[in-house]
Amino acid sequence: MLIQVENLCHIYVPGSPLARVALHEVSLQVGSGERVGIVGRTGSGKSTLVQHIAGLLTPSEGQVLIDGVAVHERTTAARAARRRVGLAFQYPEDQIFEQTVFREVAFGPRNMGLNKAEIAERVRWALEMVRLDPVMESRSPFTLSGGEMRRVALASILAMRPEVLILDEPTAGLDPRGRRELLARVRAWQVETGATLVLVSHNLDELARVVERVIVLDRGQVVADGPTRQVLSDSALLSAAGLDVPQSVTLLRTLREAGWDVRTDRLLPEEAVEEIVHAYAGHATALGALQTVEAM
Amino acid sequence: MQRFVEIRGLEYSYPLDGGGQVAALRGVDLTIERGEFLAIVGSNGSGKSTLVRHLNGLLLPTAGQVQVDGLLTSDPGNLWAIRQRVGMVFQNPDNQIVASTVEEDIAFGPENAALPPDEIRKRVDEALATVGLTEYRTRPPQMLSGGQRQLLAIAGTLATRPACIIFDEPASMLDPAHRRQVLDTIRRLNAEGLTIVLITQAMEEATAAQRVLVMHKGCIVMDGSPDKVFEHGGQLRSWGLDLPAAVEIAHHLRERDWRLPQGLLTVEQLARALC
Repeated sequence: MLIQVENLCHIYVPGSPLARVALHEVSLQVGSGERVGIVGRTGSGKSTLVQHIAGLLTPSEGQVLIDGVAVHERTTAARAARRRVGLAFQYPEDQIFEQTVFREVAFGPRNMGLNKAEIAERVRWALEMVRLDPVMESRSPFTLSGGEMRRVALASILAMRPEVLILDEPTAGLDPRGRRELLARVRAWQVETGATLVLVSHNLDELARVVERVIVLDRGQVVADGPTRQVLSDSALLSAAGLDVPQSVTLLRTLREAGWDVRTDRLLPEEAVEEIVHAYAGHATALGALQTVEAM
Repeated sequence: MQRFVEIRGLEYSYPLDGGGQVAALRGVDLTIERGEFLAIVGSNGSGKSTLVRHLNGLLLPTAGQVQVDGLLTSDPGNLWAIRQRVGMVFQNPDNQIVASTVEEDIAFGPENAALPPDEIRKRVDEALATVGLTEYRTRPPQMLSGGQRQLLAIAGTLATRPACIIFDEPASMLDPAHRRQVLDTIRRLNAEGLTIVLITQAMEEATAAQRVLVMHKGCIVMDGSPDKVFEHGGQLRSWGLDLPAAVEIAHHLRERDWRLPQGLLTVEQLARALC
């Protein structure tokens, strides 16, 4: 499965005074089984881009191809291509509509024409993936807490077991442990199935833990696309795109400016600790050697 | 300092669809002083949102009582006065945006309070400037991005000039720049005397408050200054929470017998201690 975004442009309400260019000549490719992060400030075009990949919008120009099929077209092939992509929306309320959690999660599998037993199995599996208690199955999704509703929305996409799973800010509103567990499970599922994972997120920590490649969007254009470690440690690039720099990188940079011999491309706190301890040991050894020389 | 909120023995249970109920708050005592900046952290379902919904009478106690500025929330005659004093900003701005343009949306509160047109104009302009949406004033809210809509929701609350604003994870949908803008706005409002209650899942944000409450299973399990609360890393983790990155790095270094001063909450403070 190959996703090709070709010269994609999107203008909201074209030809009116409110016209706004959301995407401008975006081209990129995502290969089968890749884990890709998309970052960018508010209004940079992230959500518009992933909605195009899911075939939910019609391009103003250009196209998105999935294995050569333009996903926005009104053909049987395009419809089949769209079915291979699952997109969980930024706001779960935007996608939830059923009366019970079970019916909500079962909606996708039912539309896929699965039988009753298969549907029930998918629902159970998906709820387990997002760690929702099976007793919730009979509750109305609208009576759940924000975090629980988000889990239901995710489960309903996972239940379709899409070949391309796109998560738009999937963990906003989840607590830190819930965030980490959920993404660890999604990542494990991705590794096991070889699905393609596209993660839109502002959370640099979770990007560093989950994706191998990061695409930075700014004002509707791709301004960087590379390995996670390289992109997320580029303070100048991130700042120019209106984004945060991982705290670990900021710390290591400050130490480096103060003369420490540390690498600055360590994104996670535990990596920063190793780097600091290592650099300090090296520093102490050098200092010790120097003192020995002086003593001689 | 003067007491603004006084909660005694608060219990609250949600009714379930099929009968029965879930206990969301199990005996909360809490005093909030006028002008305080209080952060509330806790895992999903710990009762944070349920607690703050009692502060403006959106929920009423199953047992115990809540007083805001001396007014009991359980007395229906007090609700209008309480809601004038306590404003709320939610996680999803779409739940509180009502009008067809940005400035009309902000004017909704002041108009309801029957203020004179000049005063409404003034408040709308100030609120627009505070959140940085002046250039979008005539746009329909649905043309704004998610982050901008959250700023609009904050502006709408600001325009009613409450004494206290409750923010229920206001920045969880925002990009870093807007998040900083929202946090700076919150800090500035607090400096101007507004009482602030901020629910957050980002521990870095909680370090900005004067006081941090930790909730777990419907109870307040910790209450103190950020540096005191974040000393208890193991306990916080057992409640499903994280540490700010700087606190976590310092914690690991201490475990390796590095001698570092206490109270390092930010990367800047940690870097200074190391250099």
